[in-house]
Amino acid sequence: MLGYTITQWLFGIISFLSIMFALMVVFTRNPINSVLYLVLTFFCIAAHYLLLNAQFLAIVHIAVYAGAIMVLFLFVIMLMNLNQDSEPQKTMMSKLIAGIIGGLLLVVLVGALKGTEQLQLSQVGHSEIGIVKNLGRVLFHEYLFPFEIVSILLLSALVGAIMIGKKEIK
Amino acid sequence: MLEFIIYKSIICAIIFAVSLGIAAYSTWWERKFAGLLQDRWGPSRAGIWGLLQPLADGGKMLFKEEIIPNVSNKFLFVLAPALFIVTAIMAGVLIPWGPPVKIDETFYALQVSDINVGIIFLLGVTSIGVYGIMIGGWASNNKYSLLGAIRASAQMISYELAMGIALIALIITAGGTLSFSEIVAAQDKGFANIVWQPLGFIIFFICALAETNRAPFDLAECETELVGGYHTEYSAFKLGLFLFAEYINMFVSSAVMAGFYFGGYNFPFAHELYQAMGLQEGSWIISLIGFGSYFTKTLIFISVFMWIRWTIPRFRYDQLMNLGWKSLLPLSLLNLLITVIVEYFKGNINL
Repeated sequence: MLGYTITQWLFGIISFLSIMFALMVVFTRNPINSVLYLVLTFFCIAAHYLLLNAQFLAIVHIAVYAGAIMVLFLFVIMLMNLNQDSEPQKTMMSKLIAGIIGGLLLVVLVGALKGTEQLQLSQVGHSEIGIVKNLGRVLFHEYLFPFEIVSILLLSALVGAIMIGKKEIK
Repeated sequence: MLEFIIYKSIICAIIFAVSLGIAAYSTWWERKFAGLLQDRWGPSRAGIWGLLQPLADGGKMLFKEEIIPNVSNKFLFVLAPALFIVTAIMAGVLIPWGPPVKIDETFYALQVSDINVGIIFLLGVTSIGVYGIMIGGWASNNKYSLLGAIRASAQMISYELAMGIALIALIITAGGTLSFSEIVAAQDKGFANIVWQPLGFIIFFICALAETNRAPFDLAECETELVGGYHTEYSAFKLGLFLFAEYINMFVSSAVMAGFYFGGYNFPFAHELYQAMGLQEGSWIISLIGFGSYFTKTLIFISVFMWIRWTIPRFRYDQLMNLGWKSLLPLSLLNLLITVIVEYFKGNINL
């Protein structure tokens, strides 16, 4: 098909969808719709992981981001009952300024990406690294210390969240 | 390639049909069982023993007037029940219904997809299932629906944690695989996992009750407080889909419990029986017997779900949350710790 393999076609379609949904997150007025589009974006990113042969990462991405974090987002937005009317209207001036700043950022990014075609990416590891068995072996042998540090970081975040959530500290 | 597609399509179609059929007849059995426990007949008018009752119910749901609330978000309102039932059916793809059949020197697994991260897939799908309820409850634009939806999703998120940790302990005893079919196949020789994981099974069972929104955890549709919960505004077949999905969830989680903890298609002295009958590995008779064994266990679990519904009264919401966070979560961590220590001394874990 037009000289592309199925994987390339899939990559194109999924990339298009993920960028489209990501834009819809920003452009929709209703916050609930934004959250739902963000969930769809996460699904597209999970599909990208699948294309990279990283099943574990893909499923965990769905379970954690789409399944847990976004549900909590939805929770909060539903409870606050935001809708189109309560959204603050920006003035023309601030829209103009935001447009210019965003455009400048785009120019900088394009400039920074201009020289990247000379960059040679060396493939690190092997293509089966995404399989859970290989991933676990690497994580718990070569990268055990960073892994433990990350777990302590998460634990401290957890404790902090509970402390903030408490009504009064005795 | 074509052969593969045909084979998978057939399996998909069968499992889809069986899920829906079981869900339909679960409603009948639920009412019949309630009748049994409450010393009355249950459905008895439509057909012999009321066996046509599910068809009558389905017909009623189909032909009723459909009301979509004027103020709600129509697209999301229609999407929600569909999403809920799709996620309910999706978990069913993992279940290995029987030993592989051998046709022309090739083994065909009686399973739609053997994902090598099956258990995490299962957890992911159940957590996605929350969206159907939440979107439905919100799009109804009704305070009762919203409260019901929030209760349901808070409950599902809370119980998922204990469920996941109970499953980690199971994975460690089952030999460190995340694939459903390998976990079932590993119980081929020796004992079923329930012998090594009794506490884990109890935790998993309670969590499964909560995840499927069944009594005594059906606070999302608590009539006395919330009218009808998240499906208050739904009518006709959309309501039907919500109720139907609950039964499909129940069927799938029963099958999961039977597979994870009770050996799935294996049963005691299976090998001796097959040898006595002179059957080769891969014979379709073995697959049929295995399927029968798995299906019987699943049906028993569905009945246990119903038995609990008609026995135990509903929890209060704070009791529900306390049970989830202060009892089941620490218990599942304790279970994990004990499992790891035992497996270490058995020499199955080397550091």
